[in-house]
Amino acid sequence: MKKEILKLRDVKVYFPVKAGVFNRTVGHVMAVDGVDLDIYRGEVLGLAGESGCGKTTLGKAILRLVEPTNGEVTYVSKEEDETELTSLEKKDMDPFRKKLQIVFQDPHSSLNPSFTIFGSLQDPLKKFGVNSKEERRKIIGDLLEAVNMRREYMDRYPHEFSGGQRQRIGIVRALCLDPELIVCDEAVSALDVSIQAQVLQLLMQLKKDNNLTYLFITHDLSVTEYLCDRIAVMYLGRIVELCDSEDLYKNTLHPYSEALISAIPVADLDKKTKRIVLEGDVPSPVNPPKGCPFHPRCPKAKDICKTEVPTLKKYSTNGNEHYASCHLIDLPEIS
Amino acid sequence: MTDKNNIALSVKNLKTFFYTNNRCNKAVNGVSFDVEKGKTLCIVGESGCGKSVTAATIMQLLPTLSRIEEGEIIFRKDDKTINIEKLEKNGKEMRNIRGSDIAMIFQDPMTALNPVYTVGFQISENLKYHTNLNRKEIREKSISLLNDMGIPLPEKRVDEYPHSYSGGMRQRAMIAMAMACNPKILIADEPTTALDVTIQAQIFELMEKLKEENDTAIILITHDMGVVAELADNVAVMYMGNIVEAGTADDVLRRPTHPYTKALLESVPVLGRGKNQDINPIKGSTPDPYNRPIGCQFAPRCNWQTESCDVMPEITQINKTHEIRCHKYEQFFEKYNEKRDS
Repeated sequence: MKKEILKLRDVKVYFPVKAGVFNRTVGHVMAVDGVDLDIYRGEVLGLAGESGCGKTTLGKAILRLVEPTNGEVTYVSKEEDETELTSLEKKDMDPFRKKLQIVFQDPHSSLNPSFTIFGSLQDPLKKFGVNSKEERRKIIGDLLEAVNMRREYMDRYPHEFSGGQRQRIGIVRALCLDPELIVCDEAVSALDVSIQAQVLQLLMQLKKDNNLTYLFITHDLSVTEYLCDRIAVMYLGRIVELCDSEDLYKNTLHPYSEALISAIPVADLDKKTKRIVLEGDVPSPVNPPKGCPFHPRCPKAKDICKTEVPTLKKYSTNGNEHYASCHLIDLPEIS
Repeated sequence: MTDKNNIALSVKNLKTFFYTNNRCNKAVNGVSFDVEKGKTLCIVGESGCGKSVTAATIMQLLPTLSRIEEGEIIFRKDDKTINIEKLEKNGKEMRNIRGSDIAMIFQDPMTALNPVYTVGFQISENLKYHTNLNRKEIREKSISLLNDMGIPLPEKRVDEYPHSYSGGMRQRAMIAMAMACNPKILIADEPTTALDVTIQAQIFELMEKLKEENDTAIILITHDMGVVAELADNVAVMYMGNIVEAGTADDVLRRPTHPYTKALLESVPVLGRGKNQDINPIKGSTPDPYNRPIGCQFAPRCNWQTESCDVMPEITQINKTHEIRCHKYEQFFEKYNEKRDS
């Protein structure tokens, strides 16, 4: 039986837009606009979408690096004790910070250039009660070896490393407190293809060794297909489709996912398909279109799409749960 | 090989070196290729392999600390041939070619556009220097260019500044600028890397249309094998300043023969192959350009390395279109022949 590790209920993150002499709030950027999502223990959940769709904000809201405006994020421990993270005081978050970690996108800006690697990485250990320096050095040294780097590297500075190495140091930083869930925010996007494959394999290996759960945020659907068990596709702050990674490619339900998949260039001459070219750009999240947020670009849009907002409904494809929010799906809905 | 009259640009044994701190970086170290009219040549490689420097050399846009050491860049204009490498960098002839006969699209449209001038002004600059149109005609042409690129309300948009354009629209404006004088050759340096896939699809559609309508030769620089499969007619794979494998898209993608090309293709997950596909990372990382391997540049990372790899391999022609720089290619190529026969 699958057990949840995180439950998200109606999570919203709005950023105020200020203007004028008095800096009054004139509107809101609806970065994340009502997301319901369960993350199960031991799975890799992919979060895909174009830039500006709110995937990074959602990842940060889970860790409360950005305060959610509304909604609940509930952490379920191994013993099935539930704690609602969003209502905790800042200082009460600490024990949960240890369990929920993040790997950032840009390995060049996420390490402090004036500290050695050990200097940067020892702070979280100090905070969580590893008091002897010897022990801290041992933990970090062991982890560096686990990501195929030499133990001595911990006394070097970030500028001495290449992009792939820095990304591995970022992974060590996330791992050093023995977390349960890691949010990988575009962890491989900034790397060259040959290095990207190395980091992907490393992430899979670490998951096996440490029983980790990943929330893997990326815009690259070929990587998600390879890595993830389930994939959630986001558009303008909402999840439009959520299903098993295989079903997303074989039984695509939402027209947006379909267009997204067809737009990806595939390095295989035999698999050339007709691309569905969407017109226009992603609308502004300050002023999203009425009705289905995707209708102005949707090639299949009907009248109902312009007025009614579709909800995320449950269907079944291939015997698996498959959620999608579109008016035009003619599969029977499952309650 | 190919019909001589169809070749728009040929580069022969081009070497571009950079000099800093008394050290020499051989960024482009003997590159040769031909670009045909109405065809797309894709140059693929990882960062630092010299693909952008090749493009900058053709456009004579190199920084002062670098120079063309050797080689020829021959541009065929109508019946004349022009040796670009002999022209003065900012001389009259080079400035005539740059922007009108050979145009370039850059990777990041935000830094390539000037934020203090309107988009219309930046497009018309090109027309002002390279054509005899008067002011009114220039404005009309700018608007029709934006219209061709699929920018909505071009009459209004032409007077707006780059900051009010979205990423995809900025890249279109850049293409409009590059296409203003109907160039014979369009060099696109990672034109879609900064864009989302749906916008990338729009830009590709546009580039294919331009190629068919104007018979433009396109040099597309990319690191994404997917893009190559999508757009390329011919492919050149670069590694550490050399072309290691070149041929038609069919040659290179269906019968990759150089170990590096094979490794590149095997290291990216391919959409639609599911979770059970094998991806094999290339071991190690690209060498330091100041401390290169002595022979074949790929040897230290190659699974088939032998002693013979201490000598730089020569280019070998496998068939009419397919050429490769490797000592042991026969071994790999035979496999394809066997497969075909059986």
